[in-house]
Amino acid sequence: MSLNKKLVDMDYLLNEAPREQHFITGAQAMAEAVKRASVDMAIAYPITPQSEVMHLVGDIYAQGHIKEYYRAEEELGTMSAIAGAARGGVRMFTATSGPGLLRGLEAIVSWPGHRIPCVLGVLTRVVNAPLSIQPDNIEMAYLMHSGMIMLHAENQQDTFDYTLAAFAITEKVDVYIPVSVSTEGFFVTHAKGYVDMMSEELAFDVIDPYKAPVPAMDNEVPPARIQRDAPVQKSNFMSYLIHSVWQQEIWDSNRRAMKYVYQYLGGPIEVIHPDADVFIVASGCAAAQGREANRYAEEEGLSVGFIKVKCIRPWPKDEISAALKNAKAVIVPEHNIIGWLSKEIQASIPNGGIVVEGPRVYGGMTLPVELIMEQIYIALGMDSEKLQA
Amino acid sequence: MSKKITVGPVGYMPQSAPSMGVELSPEGKALLYGNIVEEEEAMRDAAKALLTMDNPTIFPGPMVLWDWRDDVAEKSAAILDLASEIPNCKIIPMPDYRPKYPKIDVKAEINPNHPNLTILDNKIKACVFIGVHCHYANLTLRMIRAGTACYTVAMCAEMGHEEAMASIRDVHAADVLRFRDIIIEVRNELGIEYTTTMPPENPSLPKEDWGALTPSDYGEYRSLIMSKKGEHVTAVE
Repeated sequence: MSLNKKLVDMDYLLNEAPREQHFITGAQAMAEAVKRASVDMAIAYPITPQSEVMHLVGDIYAQGHIKEYYRAEEELGTMSAIAGAARGGVRMFTATSGPGLLRGLEAIVSWPGHRIPCVLGVLTRVVNAPLSIQPDNIEMAYLMHSGMIMLHAENQQDTFDYTLAAFAITEKVDVYIPVSVSTEGFFVTHAKGYVDMMSEELAFDVIDPYKAPVPAMDNEVPPARIQRDAPVQKSNFMSYLIHSVWQQEIWDSNRRAMKYVYQYLGGPIEVIHPDADVFIVASGCAAAQGREANRYAEEEGLSVGFIKVKCIRPWPKDEISAALKNAKAVIVPEHNIIGWLSKEIQASIPNGGIVVEGPRVYGGMTLPVELIMEQIYIALGMDSEKLQA
Repeated sequence: MSKKITVGPVGYMPQSAPSMGVELSPEGKALLYGNIVEEEEAMRDAAKALLTMDNPTIFPGPMVLWDWRDDVAEKSAAILDLASEIPNCKIIPMPDYRPKYPKIDVKAEINPNHPNLTILDNKIKACVFIGVHCHYANLTLRMIRAGTACYTVAMCAEMGHEEAMASIRDVHAADVLRFRDIIIEVRNELGIEYTTTMPPENPSLPKEDWGALTPSDYGEYRSLIMSKKGEHVTAVE
């Protein structure tokens, strides 16, 4: 780092360092986190709404907070380059959105298996076609079975905190798989909110490439090893077995990350009114609307609880199952058509039939609090009016 | 104590220890059969296994075989000390992680992609992994548990391994020597009389001149030789 920063551990940085309040966009919040993360290198290819983040990361590179930065040819190249550089033992950051994520997906889903520690910002956007740049988080469904750790930020503050925490989690020796930090494009990335941030004179300790569960590659001294991981594609039982236990190891690493989710994020879920009969369970931007619906319900004297899911992978099955053990109905508002969150919740509790699949909005539609209230009234057996467009 | 992780073979498709609810031990503690215990308890059980089971073997990995960090020489010397106190102990290295095709020399090395070949051929019933990178150690330990009847001990410089019967974490040279002392203690308790003798010189090997080594002397491992900072390697093939 060319700037004279004070390097500190993540516990101090996130939980103890004095903070000041700023009024900034989600894109700025993510870039400000990168500024304090001692990132060695950032690579990206622009796509709306991610462009704002990586433009700002380019600015902080120019200011000397990052050692290397370049714009790749496209996303598959970006994500492949991230893997190559991370294997050399440096701290990496990139971000993308919707179609860009899917274009880079072949490389991205190979990161966990190759034990690539890096942070991926996912600023969600409609997956084409028809062409649209609007917010919709269906792309997160494609990451859910990749093996990577997935955090989902509700607002600008979460985006800042989760991105910083992600750099610590991804490099833990017993984890060492990539972490994605998702938040909704435009709703969070291009809107301003209050963010408490520590001084930019502080930064996360630099990466120690020897503290890793795999050897780092020496990319500078020949003979360069072009592939670190052993080819196990032979057609024999032992090749199949090594691949199967390797896959297990990735998901075990994902599971081990949960203790760090507790350490840095205070746990994978937040619960309000744990004794309620009806619950709203939501993640990301939908959690902000769910929180507001919960406040409306409180004002109306209704027994409604709220659960925010901060961490999609590792999936907090035990925590959600315990929090919903007395629930009579579970409303899951989402910004996508398939309802990936409601499916996860249904599979986590013995009485999945109590999960209301919705309300869902997609294609860039906003999620009015009234849509959630309508489901609450129905769940409580009350009269409700249909919200009109 | 109920044993969550037991000596295998546990079957065709092993379930991973973390998925069975085994968690890594906190600092200062160890894992024994998947349960969190005091370090000494785990070391004593491991010592008993190494002293009473057939063909005890130490498998040193790259982190104690290649002198790429300051503490390696001291730790490696401690491992030799440890081996010298275990009757009939063999040392079979895991020098790197590439699968060995067309056929591994099971008398000479072990490999994380097919570790049970070395275990089965040498009829090893108790072993110690040390200096193996955690990812590869986890794969290896699980495959051994799946397909062999071998008691595994993991001596890990980091957080340990759920898959091993006994897992000691944060292991440095002093911890290896402490384990050696426990081996001697348990050996005396078991009434095993043993005096350490160094292996005889092998008359068929030429006298080694370490000062005149070239990369070609390293055979198939020559690509793993790393130059140190500022060093310029001129003698390459």
